[in-house]
Amino acid sequence: MVTDTAILEAVGEVADPEVPVLTIADLGVLRGVRHEGHEVVVTITPTYSGCPAMDLIRHEVELTLQALQVDGRVETVLSPAWTTDWMSEAGKAKLTEYGIAPPTGRRAVGGPVMLSLTVRCPLCGSPDTTELSHFGSTSCKSLWRCNSCREPFDHFKAL
Amino acid sequence: MNDLFVYTLRLGDDALISAQRTAEWIAAAPQLEEDVALGNIGLDQLGQARSLLQYAGAVEGAGRSEDDLAYLRDERDFLNLQLCELPNGDFAHAMARLLYFATYQQLLYDELRGCDDEQLAGVAGKAVKEVAYHVDHATQWVLRLGDGTEESHRRMELALDALWPYTAEMFESDELVRRLAVAVDPSTLQDEWTRRVMAVIDESTCGRPSASYQHSGGRQGRHTEHLGYLLAELQHVARSYPGATW
Repeated sequence: MVTDTAILEAVGEVADPEVPVLTIADLGVLRGVRHEGHEVVVTITPTYSGCPAMDLIRHEVELTLQALQVDGRVETVLSPAWTTDWMSEAGKAKLTEYGIAPPTGRRAVGGPVMLSLTVRCPLCGSPDTTELSHFGSTSCKSLWRCNSCREPFDHFKAL
Repeated sequence: MNDLFVYTLRLGDDALISAQRTAEWIAAAPQLEEDVALGNIGLDQLGQARSLLQYAGAVEGAGRSEDDLAYLRDERDFLNLQLCELPNGDFAHAMARLLYFATYQQLLYDELRGCDDEQLAGVAGKAVKEVAYHVDHATQWVLRLGDGTEESHRRMELALDALWPYTAEMFESDELVRRLAVAVDPSTLQDEWTRRVMAVIDESTCGRPSASYQHSGGRQGRHTEHLGYLLAELQHVARSYPGATW
């Protein structure tokens, strides 16, 4: 009998195909494990509604369950909505090391005002940076440039 | 037909048809960052459409999947707003439409996320955060173009005017939304929508749009001649190769 903790640990190691240094546990995409009769149900939540990585993540989790010889399935839940607040501190550190500025602060919902918080350059650490575009190489990122070292970089935007 | 099915289909069709139109901008936007931005916005809308159409299929209980609903319905079966299906026009049109539509979606989803239907509330709670970025993006461009050069001002104003006659349809109330407890009656959103949109238009230095005539009919399946062409492209592969997977 594989314990829930062991299942969570094993499936938590599945990497995000778009940011491979992060696991789904780091991201907070992995929501939990529960039992339905003889079946184990692993719940995951998408970062963005249209996140194209979800199908692959689901598949990888299924393969991990098979490897553990656990009879289970994967369920996608939308509520409560994913937020960058669920990203682990370890995950944020890994992101910076990978060259992506981690999310800062919390995104206010509903109001039209955007808070402009400093995003530090993940390469040289300078706080003197400029946003080039709200939208980057994937839904979860925006595109920035460092005014000190002049390097462009991705920022995992707060949601 | 089931009220909840029809209501979910309306929201899903708005998102799907907008996603298709927005995606047409990829590789045609004025700058590379904008291709990426519109690609991402279209993807958010497509994600919302998938969740909504999946749920609509489940509510209907006739075994139709999100793909069946997207690919195998005809023009008159689509319940999206006419605003969503209009051809792209120039870039100012794209930003005017995004401002009108995303502001509407933001207000709608914000209400809907508190409703008693767990699925609809879940989709709305997720989408409202994405749509906030869309509104912000559209706002920045409307200000920049409206308060830009003489030519950009002229074209921004033209676009805001041209799409205005398609805005009243967003707020039409009907028997269905009044009957269905979880539905948001869109007429309750109009004042706040007008306030937000007019604030942006005023700041952009463009004149306030007005129209004596407002189009209507999308919610009953009556569309402009443009939807058929859009669907032909959207549905072509799925209809030419029935059952194909990729």
